[in-house]
Amino acid sequence: MIPLQWYLWLSAAMFAIGIAGFLIRRNIIIMFMSIELMLNAANISLVSFGHHLQDMRGQILVFFIIAVAAAEAAIGLAIIIALFRNRTTTYIDEVNEMKG
Amino acid sequence: MIAQLTFAYLAGAIILLSLLVISTKSPVHSVLFMLLMFFHIAGLYLTLNAEFLAAIQVMVYAGAILVLFLFVVLLLNLKEEVVVKRFVVRWPYGIASAFAFFLFAILALQSFVAGPKGTITPELIKAETNTKVIGRILYTEYLFPFEIVSVILLIAIIGAVSLAKKRLRSEQ
Repeated sequence: MIPLQWYLWLSAAMFAIGIAGFLIRRNIIIMFMSIELMLNAANISLVSFGHHLQDMRGQILVFFIIAVAAAEAAIGLAIIIALFRNRTTTYIDEVNEMKG
Repeated sequence: MIAQLTFAYLAGAIILLSLLVISTKSPVHSVLFMLLMFFHIAGLYLTLNAEFLAAIQVMVYAGAILVLFLFVVLLLNLKEEVVVKRFVVRWPYGIASAFAFFLFAILALQSFVAGPKGTITPELIKAETNTKVIGRILYTEYLFPFEIVSVILLIAIIGAVSLAKKRLRSEQ
């Protein structure tokens, strides 16, 4: 039997890698993939909680998260295509009209 | 022992592949590493008695979402990625904040106390099958959230089409 803590450490490490990727990469597509990485880290922790607490609600939450991730990927990639059509770049530090 | 070895392999592969995803030069390689990582996550779900989610992970993430990413990467034709720099100017701050998050998460996990155990034991799942147990809860207790998810997906379809389509000549 593997302790719950191992799964949670794995999930925390994966989430931290996702944060790092989102903050350091210039390419907006890879930033989106880092978001998917973070969602998957949350999924792993939810499934392991559900398994160790002997409850099915963790898996149902993961089901909803996967649906929302699919919606988010479709919208996000449409935004990337619109951005590329207008600016011919996918580098996020070259899109600075709003001075953010 | 076999369970620990399996977990060690899956966890090591997931960490290594996610590091490769955020650090490789070419976005195509990134997407392919991510595909491999999703298969390992599906394997991890199998060790946690979640067969239905493992199948969904492979079908939805690997089959649908990553194909979408791959299409966008190919569509945008990013040849210059290989020569220009990959990281933003202030990348050490990004690494530092991610590391700080990791430390805080580990510290917070030290004081974690598990709640009382539920009623869905592995024996019950083995008797009734995973999909049946999920379906019974999803279509009774979580019916309303389930309907809301379908509306979210409909909005995503409409939004993606209206964002990505070319403007008609008459509208300009």
